[in-house]
Amino acid sequence: MTALAPVRPESPRDPSTPSKGPTTAVRKIRRRARLEPWFYLAPAFIVLIALLGYPIFQLVNVSLYDYRQAQVSGKAPLKFTGLENYQKLFADPQFWTVLGNTVLFAAVCVVFTLLVGSSLAVLATRLRPWVRSMLFVVSLGAWATPAVTGSAVWLFLFDPTLGLVNKTLVGIGLTQFQGYSWTYDKWSGFGLVASEVVWCSFPFVLVTVYAGIQAIPTEVIEAARIDGASMPRIAGSIMLPMLRPIVIVVTIQSIIWNFKIFSQIYIMTNGGGIAGQNLVLNVYGYQQAFAASLYGLGSALGVIMTALLMVITLVYLRILKRTGEAL
Amino acid sequence: MKLARSAAAIAIAALALTACAPPTSNNAASSSDEQTGTVRVWLFSEVNQDPKSAVVKEAITEFEAAHSGAKIDVQYIPVDSRAERFKAAFNDPSSAPDVAEFGNTDLASYVASGGLADVTEDIKAWDESKDLDQKILDTTEIDGKNYGVPWFVGVRALYYRTDLLQQLGLEVPKTLDDVETVARAVRAANPDLLGISVGGAAQFSAMPYLWANGGEIATKEGDKFVSGLDSTESREGVAAYTRLLKDDICPAQTCAEFGGNASVQQFIAGKSAMTIGGDFNYKAVSASAIKDKFAVVPVPGKTAGSIAPAFAGGNNLGVFNSSKHHTLAADFVKLLASKKYQQKMFDSMGNLPTFSDVQQSVADNNKQVEPFINTLRAGTNFVPVTETWSTIDAQGVFTGMYQKVVTGKADVNTATTEAAAAMNTAFGSK
Repeated sequence: MTALAPVRPESPRDPSTPSKGPTTAVRKIRRRARLEPWFYLAPAFIVLIALLGYPIFQLVNVSLYDYRQAQVSGKAPLKFTGLENYQKLFADPQFWTVLGNTVLFAAVCVVFTLLVGSSLAVLATRLRPWVRSMLFVVSLGAWATPAVTGSAVWLFLFDPTLGLVNKTLVGIGLTQFQGYSWTYDKWSGFGLVASEVVWCSFPFVLVTVYAGIQAIPTEVIEAARIDGASMPRIAGSIMLPMLRPIVIVVTIQSIIWNFKIFSQIYIMTNGGGIAGQNLVLNVYGYQQAFAASLYGLGSALGVIMTALLMVITLVYLRILKRTGEAL
Repeated sequence: MKLARSAAAIAIAALALTACAPPTSNNAASSSDEQTGTVRVWLFSEVNQDPKSAVVKEAITEFEAAHSGAKIDVQYIPVDSRAERFKAAFNDPSSAPDVAEFGNTDLASYVASGGLADVTEDIKAWDESKDLDQKILDTTEIDGKNYGVPWFVGVRALYYRTDLLQQLGLEVPKTLDDVETVARAVRAANPDLLGISVGGAAQFSAMPYLWANGGEIATKEGDKFVSGLDSTESREGVAAYTRLLKDDICPAQTCAEFGGNASVQQFIAGKSAMTIGGDFNYKAVSASAIKDKFAVVPVPGKTAGSIAPAFAGGNNLGVFNSSKHHTLAADFVKLLASKKYQQKMFDSMGNLPTFSDVQQSVADNNKQVEPFINTLRAGTNFVPVTETWSTIDAQGVFTGMYQKVVTGKADVNTATTEAAAAMNTAFGSK
């Protein structure tokens, strides 16, 4: 029964241990003050470590091994290979092509999402209430559509022979679109996917920026107007700076989302396009890690992606901090 | 203080990296061989499930009557998610079945994962095994050991539209060159039709071209595979196949992305004059609008009268390494894969048998399977039996080679050289 008795762990800094000097009490209080915040943060830390720290640790860990299905199921010995997976990737020209594709594709998606979303947000502030409601309902519909469904619908629309888009184009006399395959060419394939991505992600920008514009106190703008500021001046010198925090959040989110695109590419280009021309990092990683069962190599890709996203975010934050006030 | 703390952090990090290796499971072969108990079986679910279930049920009744104390528990798993199911079973032997149906191209990677048991002795002791089609049995062999029993095969042959060829006074193609000529002639006369619907991603339609020209995907040299895609013969095969994906036969714009299924769909929809389709497509074609206007012949070879070696697809039945009922499991495999039940599976599902004599009798009694059986008898070929093939396949090395050529991204020489190099890298990383 002794095993069930409560166990009191011996703390290394047990206050009962003899200490020297009269400052012990002060030190004790100071120490407690220093530890107290950590105590309150502990639940959050535990959750973070379990949900974020451990997976990232395993990701890095796996990326340092020759870890394939044979190793997982215990048929072949596990071998620590250090940075070999990374060396393999960096030596592979396909990796660099895919990385370039990803960066370019994400950049285009981010720019267009922000442009479309913000323009519509500005437009929304000028519209009559019922028209605005219509705009919101329609865009929220696009937002609510799951990526898989959206991609499938988009593919129907752009089907070479049966799609509405090609039929319409042929109908208005552009006969070269008879049986035109949008996914045949690398860039038209990317363009097709990008249009779907923009379509399903601009509503987030629209809603957020619209809310930001509405939150700008009318007094400030009125004051500017009384001072004789022109409309572009008001937009540039008053509204934009006040919208800065929202624009930052929206941009970072868009970068992260578009960098991590998977479903749209996977579905619309049938797993990476003709001869892999439309591969992006996430689909490439899936192909290597799961389809080809090269878990080590796939993890290395995951680590690279995580690191890249962190760097992008940090750099972006730094630039913004330097050009203006803090968030 | 600070120094000590960072030293501790480094020590912990180092400890974590060396001590916490990624998880692995122990998938050792089971040492027990119980003669009673439940044998768990995984079979693939089918679109048309009932006839398969009926035959399997019959086999179970027969098996349980002959083995007192033994029970068979069958679970039908979807083909699409098989990779996840099998990997999970290898990682956690306690959730693994004893017997499973699996595609023959998956065999090598399952063996490399340690999932499948060696059944060489079971096959040897089985009196029916002497009639197994040797070429098909070879697909289950790694280093002289068999890891599965072929349950049925699937081969592809040339489907063509009798009406279209007749209208134009064209003869049924007798050589691969004829296929090209006929296809071109049909499309010239009917610009809306594809001469032959083939696909840039239809690897099993492309393989006969490779093999008929004397090419090889890879050959085994010592204990290692070496890609043969960059040989002169292989290049001729690749060039011959990719010539079909041109504007005057099957435009790359349309066909570069087709897999095997999509190519056959074009034929079924009446949009192409020919296609390379499997025996498993026959039902769908004969139920379509062109049901009275098509015929099937083996894909011809280089010379008139010859048959191009077809890819021998199909499914095996195997025993799991972790099974605690190896003998019972192997007995059930032998029953379900026996001549009697293969015949029943043919009658209900149309699956082509793997016994030479059963193949013959099936062909004699069923005219429609004759071209497929003739293709089988002419000798089939297979993808390299190595677990690295599934990696190569997943990376799209083989199909990517064809797609690069047909889209003009690379010429035949460059594409084959690149593909051969990529394959050799994968073979070497074993």
